[in-house]
Amino acid sequence: MTGLADLGAAELADLLASGQVSSVEAVQACLDRIEAADAAVGAFLHVDADRALAAARAVDARRAAGADLPPLAGVPVAVKDAFAMTGAPTTCGSRLLEHWRPPYDSSVVRRLQEAGLVIVGKTNMDEFAMGSSTENSAFGPTRNPWDLGRIPGGSGGGSAAALAAYEAPLAIGSDTGGSIRQPAAVTGTVGVKPTYGGVSRYGLVAMASSLDQPGPCARSVLDAALLHAVIGGYDPKDSTSIDAPVPDVVAAARSGDVAGLRIGVVAELGGEGYAPGVEQRFHEAVALLEAAGAKVSEVSCPHFDLALAAYYLIMPSEASSNLARFDAMRYGLRVGDDGSRSAEQVMRLSRARGFGDEVKRRVILGTYALSSGYFDAYYGSAQKVRTLIGQDFTAAFERVDVLVSPTCPTTAWPFGERLADPLSMYKADLCTIPSNLAGGPAASFPAGLAPEDGLPVGFHVMAPPLAEDRLYLVGTALERALEPSGAPLAARLVGKELTL
Amino acid sequence: MRGNGQRDGDETASPVAADAPATGRPWQGLMDYDEAMALFDPVLGLEVHVELNTVSKMFCGCSTAFGGEPNSQVCPVCLGLPGALPVVNAKAVESAIRIGLALGCSIASWCRFARKNYFYPDMTKNFQTSQYDEPLCFDGEVRLEVDGQEYAIPIERAHMEEDAGKSLHVGGAAGRIQGADYSLIDYNRAGTPLIEIVTKPVTGTGAKAPAVARAYVAHLRDVLRSLGVSDVRMEQGSLRCDANVSLSPKGSGVLGTRTETKNVNSLRSVEKALRHEICRQAAVLAAGGRIKQETRHWHEAGAYTSPGRSKEEADDYRYFPEPDLVPVAPAADWVGQLRRSLPEPPAARTERLRAEWGFTELEMRDILGAEALEQVAATVAAGTTPAAARKWWLTELARHAAETGVELAAVPMTPAQVADLQALVDAGIVNDKLARQVIEGVLAGEGSPAEVVARRNLAVVSDTSALQAAVERSIAAQPDAAAKVRSGKTAAAGALIGAVMKDLGGQADAAAVRKLILAALAD
Repeated sequence: MTGLADLGAAELADLLASGQVSSVEAVQACLDRIEAADAAVGAFLHVDADRALAAARAVDARRAAGADLPPLAGVPVAVKDAFAMTGAPTTCGSRLLEHWRPPYDSSVVRRLQEAGLVIVGKTNMDEFAMGSSTENSAFGPTRNPWDLGRIPGGSGGGSAAALAAYEAPLAIGSDTGGSIRQPAAVTGTVGVKPTYGGVSRYGLVAMASSLDQPGPCARSVLDAALLHAVIGGYDPKDSTSIDAPVPDVVAAARSGDVAGLRIGVVAELGGEGYAPGVEQRFHEAVALLEAAGAKVSEVSCPHFDLALAAYYLIMPSEASSNLARFDAMRYGLRVGDDGSRSAEQVMRLSRARGFGDEVKRRVILGTYALSSGYFDAYYGSAQKVRTLIGQDFTAAFERVDVLVSPTCPTTAWPFGERLADPLSMYKADLCTIPSNLAGGPAASFPAGLAPEDGLPVGFHVMAPPLAEDRLYLVGTALERALEPSGAPLAARLVGKELTL
Repeated sequence: MRGNGQRDGDETASPVAADAPATGRPWQGLMDYDEAMALFDPVLGLEVHVELNTVSKMFCGCSTAFGGEPNSQVCPVCLGLPGALPVVNAKAVESAIRIGLALGCSIASWCRFARKNYFYPDMTKNFQTSQYDEPLCFDGEVRLEVDGQEYAIPIERAHMEEDAGKSLHVGGAAGRIQGADYSLIDYNRAGTPLIEIVTKPVTGTGAKAPAVARAYVAHLRDVLRSLGVSDVRMEQGSLRCDANVSLSPKGSGVLGTRTETKNVNSLRSVEKALRHEICRQAAVLAAGGRIKQETRHWHEAGAYTSPGRSKEEADDYRYFPEPDLVPVAPAADWVGQLRRSLPEPPAARTERLRAEWGFTELEMRDILGAEALEQVAATVAAGTTPAAARKWWLTELARHAAETGVELAAVPMTPAQVADLQALVDAGIVNDKLARQVIEGVLAGEGSPAEVVARRNLAVVSDTSALQAAVERSIAAQPDAAAKVRSGKTAAAGALIGAVMKDLGGQADAAAVRKLILAALAD
């Protein structure tokens, strides 16, 4: 290990607590790393060094004064640019919100700040979280630290790349169909989508309200659990927030005991269309877990095959309504307001100019799906499929404790490869979408590198609602089996110096 | 930006040109009402929006106070800022349930909000959070009486929704969006809780349709007031009525095409607008024309409706269940508790007050007909006898209301002032005739009854020597009348009393004068 930026959150927290390292030093190390690497990686849209250092100084001062600080106080964190935060722009990767500075803080940001974490910056994303490659950001793509010619996944490619490039030890993402987990898979990091309602959505700019879920991203399983514990839990500002205790994810991540845990391999998520290296690493991981004491069986979830189709009706329907507010009347880009045009004309021009192609595609799809005469056939049928997928999960969880699959059928692909073919892009989320539709928690953990291209493969674990602890048990068991030294997969990148 | 959008009631077309029937024939004008009623049966549909008087808005903690500095009562939620989320106001749900119960509705054990999607600058999210196919309250009935005949108005639903902001169109024609130079928007009202109460088609009211509609809105107002859930002030928009009507050829049972008239801002205009619309539709139909399904705008000053948005190309609001809110599932216990704690229904209260006040049904009906019940009740509560309270409200004050075209409640004299006035009468400080002048003064804004009496010097002459002198002058001027009284024909005293009153400019207590005259002539 070469410096403070290479440390994980848990290690850093220990050093901070014992006074061996100051938060200013830890934050400065991240800022230096961002300075050195981000011109190539492009993980951040906004970095405010002065503000981050001021926050770090405040934590150091409180610690010096003998205050009893929360576990992660002073640890740097990056936040996806979809979360409202005062004092900084919140763009959602869109030209339309390029200059919007929210007058309020999202609940996630507030909880991070209350726990003493230091926000170093806002990370890049596909515009309004629509995409699986971060190529749809209006401000340019983020590059995958494993191969700068390849995508870092999406929509949360910025957060995942920031972790893989050691620009921050922790990051916040949001997952609507896989936007935390798929980027984690293709960057060799950890990404967790909590149970729907497990982390407050208040202040997360909505794409699809019934699917969106904020979650933690990290390089190690324990770090993700520590961050999860900070942001999780009931928030009265989000009506869909669950008023129940967060499972003890940190204890689960420290334990990693999978002896007797029943693991179901989803029969429908594999085979044709899955890269050989992905399948190989996935099955090896299952074997490692079995060797650690888990009981493995195959489980069929027959309706998972319909998940992608249902998702691409429900998500655009909700998105078309959620994005209607971007009308140039109160905030955001305003085009053509020269006194000669009506409000409607200005709205139309601003939306035409402000939204990218993928956003327009989904708004059009959603508007169509909700239209009178089509509603039952599209939105209505999709909701029925959603119910059936939920029933598949319920039936499966009567037999097993967790379900597993690859996170993404392939490893990271080269830039541009899928831009002309939206359907191939959408298929990157084939395995992750069912959990969003059903609402249960799911996570992606590193499963090694695919032999054919040397790129990271993600291992996907799904659990019943509010059973996040099982995800972390499996994650830690796998981490230990793959890396007895405890070093995260992304540590291999450090030796390669990111091939900068 | 110039506003040229199209929305309910936002139009400036001239009434004559706009009322040309779709067939392109010259405008046929209005058919005589009785003639129209001989040819057609009207079918009513009434949509009433009630602004609840909750302290905070439907989905956030902002104040709902009326008349604040523009855009001072807003937050990320009611401004629809990116990322902000709604949370249902439990008090608003409670008010909605109480309204539903008072209207005899069933209360859903589980229902959802829905998004009604359309673009408009005063809508912060470009969708209204409302309810669609799962209303909180449904299948109710209101019974009311018009001219001794009872009518049952079937209630389809009462659902919860939020209000939009308010647009102010500056420049151009008459504050309408078309042709305005620019528009200002005040979002203080955005997110105010509304309950929309919708009737099923109301048939069988015949020529009484406009009166029944008025009575229905008045009934709702009384119910809502008794529940204490709304300010129910039509002129401030806290009670708004959209009146739908269609005509069916007499006895055919064939439903006609309906129009929806908006901007009906008083009970009086509910009746007038419907009457007008019936006469207009009848003229169009009789001339072989066709009624366009459309929104029409009521012009109170000119007493006519003009067309607004056409509804023939039906709006597609793309309703779907609001994913940011959890379903509303009121517990049966709670609903039962709310049902048990409902206040006395207005009809029962009316009957109770009638008995307490000792009025005949006819007398009470006059009070109800004049919309004077609340004013009389408040005046009685302030210490006046029911008979006196009834007298003032049904005579002087009702006349003033009619002359100035306002509702009785909006007359600039309060029940407390009426009670003060009657106290002056009872104390003998003014007589009935002077009291009318006091009312005139109060209505003219000259102050309280006591202040008007002082300012106008209206108090009766209580100086006995001045009265005595006037009595003596009267007896001296009319010796014949005096002689008759002396001989026992006391009825002749009237002429003498009249002369004294005239002499004193009316400012005397006639009974006291009579006493003095009889005493003077008894010798």
